[in-house]
Amino acid sequence: MVGIVLISHSKKIVEGIQELAAQMSQDVPVALAGGTDDGRLGTDINKITEAIRSVYSDDGVLVFFDMGSAYMNAQMALDFLDEDSSKVEIIDSAFVEGAITAIVDSGLNKSMDEIKADIASMKLGKMP
Amino acid sequence: MAELNQIIGALRLMAETIEKNKEHLTELDGAIGDGDHGINMSRGFAFVKETLDKGGFQNAGDLFKKCGMALVAHVGGASGPLYGTAFLRAAMVLKDREDVHAADYVQILKDAAEGIKMRGKSDRGEKTMLDALIPAYEAAADAVQQGKSAQEILNAAKVAAAEGAVGTEKLVAQKGRASYLGERSIGHQDPGAASAALVLAAVADYFAAEK
Ligand SMILES: Nc1ncnc2c1ncn2[C@@H]1O[C@H](COP(=O)(O)OP(=O)(O)OP(=O)(O)O)[C@@H](O)[C@H]1O
Ligand SMILES: [Mg+2]
Repeated sequence: MVGIVLISHSKKIVEGIQELAAQMSQDVPVALAGGTDDGRLGTDINKITEAIRSVYSDDGVLVFFDMGSAYMNAQMALDFLDEDSSKVEIIDSAFVEGAITAIVDSGLNKSMDEIKADIASMKLGKMP
Repeated sequence: MAELNQIIGALRLMAETIEKNKEHLTELDGAIGDGDHGINMSRGFAFVKETLDKGGFQNAGDLFKKCGMALVAHVGGASGPLYGTAFLRAAMVLKDREDVHAADYVQILKDAAEGIKMRGKSDRGEKTMLDALIPAYEAAADAVQQGKSAQEILNAAKVAAAEGAVGTEKLVAQKGRASYLGERSIGHQDPGAASAALVLAAVADYFAAEK
């Protein structure tokens, strides 16, 4: 199954998305990286790296993010990742809709490419 | 020009300067952002200070790499990956060197700005730290061209960065949190440009005081 990583400045946002998706799909490898390590609003490269690792497999990982430093820290996490980062992709998508679609799709055993095709229409141009 | 222990001294003054200006930076960010720049920078530089206290640096490249990783890991906002990338670029310029010359400083400013542009997908004129850093690089490069002394080169970067930071007041933010405000960001100084000016001032002030 494709792993899904959710990065937000807010812990509550990623928990909320996971909660919503769990109504439809339970056994998907989803990992959260919400807020900083000292409990503030913000993003944390170590949390992101751990999240990616925890759902990493040969099926790949899709990384969703909210804004600003979430994207920059996701990129840096990939730069430093020990695992094969070509299997990990940061996704330009409306955060809630894209993530929920991807989680449900992963639960249906869709591949990385199939999931990306399903959310292609949700791009927001967040990755200039 | 500068030996490893002096560079460590300059980095210590940088951390102290950021700590002293924590409230000020947070106020600037409160006006047009999310009001955390001072907190972010203070936290990041507290870990830089811890890194300096631990010591054991093999060379100047190793020093900047460790400090850069401290910033990347602990800042929590956009300034983390941005300043972190800048420090890692500095590490690449210095590599296994144990002393740093004025020409290296210019190269560091240049590569740091390039690194931030790459990481932030940003450029000059967008009301970010680059509007302090790029003028600082240009002024330092000019000073080298004119055969100025090392201290004059550091001072030129300091002055140009401070002017650049003040100059961000008239710009419309196009990157980061402040970009959500658009025109409303005019009249306020960019917090990242202000912190970049403080960082470069600390370098110049450290070496001026050593004389
Ligand atoms: N894309 C960018 N390119 C260059 N500089 C940027 C960019 N985004 C933000 N900055 C700089 O970072 C400063 C803000 O740093 P701060 O530590 O407050 O992060 P933040 O904007 O709160 O982070 P986040 O993206 O997590 O909300 C801005 O004042 C600006 O100088
Ligand atoms: Mg901020």
